[in-house]
Amino acid sequence: MLLKNTYNEFVKILAKPRSYLGIGALTLLIAVILFAMKADGSSFISFVTSSFEQTLSFNGNILNGNLIAFIILQMLIIHIPLLVALVTGDLISGEAAMGTVRMLASKPISRTSIVLSKFIAGAVYTLILTIWLGFLALIVAKWIFGTGDLIVLNSDGLVILQEQDIIWRYGLAFIVAFLSLLTISTLSICLSAFADNSIGPIVSTMAIIILFTIIGSLDVSVFDTIKPYLFTTHMASWRSFFEDPIPMGKIIQSVVILLVHNVILVVIANVKFNKKDITS
Amino acid sequence: MEKETVIKVEHLAKSFGSFQAVKDVSFTVSRGDVFGFLGPNGAGKSTTIRCLLSLIKPNAGKIELFGKSYTNSRSEILSKIGSIIEKPDFYKYLSAQKNLEIFARISGASVSKSQIGEMLEFVGLAGRGGDKIGGFSHGMKQRLGIAQTLLHQPDLIILDEPTTGLDPQGIVEIRNLILRLKNEQNKTILLSSHQLSEIELIANRMVIINKGKSIVEGEVQDLLNAQELVVHLEVDAVAKAKQVISSHFSNAQFVGETANELEVAIEKSQVPNLNKALIENGVLVFALEPKRKLEDFFMKIVQS
Ligand SMILES: Nc1ncnc2c1ncn2[C@@H]1O[C@H](COP(=O)(O)OP(=O)(O)OP(=O)(O)O)[C@@H](O)[C@H]1O
Ligand SMILES: [Mg+2]
Repeated sequence: MLLKNTYNEFVKILAKPRSYLGIGALTLLIAVILFAMKADGSSFISFVTSSFEQTLSFNGNILNGNLIAFIILQMLIIHIPLLVALVTGDLISGEAAMGTVRMLASKPISRTSIVLSKFIAGAVYTLILTIWLGFLALIVAKWIFGTGDLIVLNSDGLVILQEQDIIWRYGLAFIVAFLSLLTISTLSICLSAFADNSIGPIVSTMAIIILFTIIGSLDVSVFDTIKPYLFTTHMASWRSFFEDPIPMGKIIQSVVILLVHNVILVVIANVKFNKKDITS
Repeated sequence: MEKETVIKVEHLAKSFGSFQAVKDVSFTVSRGDVFGFLGPNGAGKSTTIRCLLSLIKPNAGKIELFGKSYTNSRSEILSKIGSIIEKPDFYKYLSAQKNLEIFARISGASVSKSQIGEMLEFVGLAGRGGDKIGGFSHGMKQRLGIAQTLLHQPDLIILDEPTTGLDPQGIVEIRNLILRLKNEQNKTILLSSHQLSEIELIANRMVIINKGKSIVEGEVQDLLNAQELVVHLEVDAVAKAKQVISSHFSNAQFVGETANELEVAIEKSQVPNLNKALIENGVLVFALEPKRKLEDFFMKIVQS
């Protein structure tokens, strides 16, 4: 039943116009960034590198696909959650809004299976979005801008990564970025179990992300104890793969915290949906 | 041999917050019944049906379907039921065919694409299977709803006001469909309605519920005993009319009166004599309208 309903969820996601809105918006955003970089990328780069130019001399193609991919990831990891939540925040509440949840919940399939199939479908959608992001950011950008060494500005200075030392870092970075987005997906599906309309969960998901991000960026000691437990703190973890040496301990900690978030949110959503009186 | 009990509801109660939507509902449906579930708007019909389908959890009472309870046998029970609750809702962005495929996939039975096509034809939607539900009229959705309830060949069919919003032709079609399901396939059908006339045409048993309580249950034939009538009279002098009636008909009962109206419970055979006696004694009769007792009773419930 779980498999059959997961298949159903795919059929529904594939037929919903909003699913393509996410992919379309992502494509458009990246196209805009690529265009901007192509048109005026060198001045954007020199803004960053000028402070080092006295001490270092850069040679080769700095404005290459590897750097563009880094810039795209950096910029979009804040915005893609909205595109994810647009689809996933509707998965349970949309059924309530449409009235179809009555039909679903009066079929011989457990409510737990219904919830789990939604999470699986949401995860697959998020994965597809991440892969599309990776394709556009890395493959298309490299095709347009060529390849080269990656120069990254970190809090503790400039890191220069050799061209052949980069691709595996991106591979791992995208896995962690996927896990971050998966947490958004899970959060919005969880909120969606509490709502009878789809706007509520989408807006709440974004509100939570914004709130947590602000808490995370405020340098106030009262927040210091909770900061490490906010999932938003760990959403930037993918960046750590571009440090030298890679702080594996820190990354593993982030991955564990994100995974724990996912498990807890799935459990909450499941308990809520199982207890819910379906009155819509 | 005793007929198998398909639905058994005992002292069901359900509150939403402090509001008690269902207070005390009990009834029993046997295999092969077309069971009428009659009550005015807000009586608690849909709430009871939602409990029957495990959509909401009752606060008290017992529900048994096919002799089993939801605590142990939920999916076994639900695989034998087809239902429409309130109005049929579908995925608007999918075609009729795809919608049926989705529900068939989780119905517990294997349903082929060609069976879905046949079902669409059966409910009069042949050729519309590929159209998106978004463009369907209410009547078409209602028909698709019926198709959805029948797809997996359920033993028990629960229809919550299936004829709301249908044109007279559509209402007759649904009625005939229900009778065919009963007669040709020996299905058990629970049918809710707020119209007695609808129930009495197709149901063999029924229960009346009002304000969350079941009031009467039994064979439709017995309950609607056509011999017992309530006669509504409009006369010039109510007091005089009462006097005449009591002196001529010892078994007549007065069930209501206003300034110039009177209601008398009396047997059908006595109605012509009642009229004659009033006229012969100088009472002017402006209107005389006999109604069956239960119908009168139900009308009063609805009006109150
Ligand atoms: N989710 C809910 N929250 C609060 N009250 C509710 C809810 N659902 C139903 N009710 C109330 O419970 C009562 C019974 O409602 P129900 O829908 O069961 O009536 P019904 O007999 O099906 O009526 P109708 O003929 O109008 O369909 C109504 O007064 C309704 O307002
Ligand atoms: Mg109702």
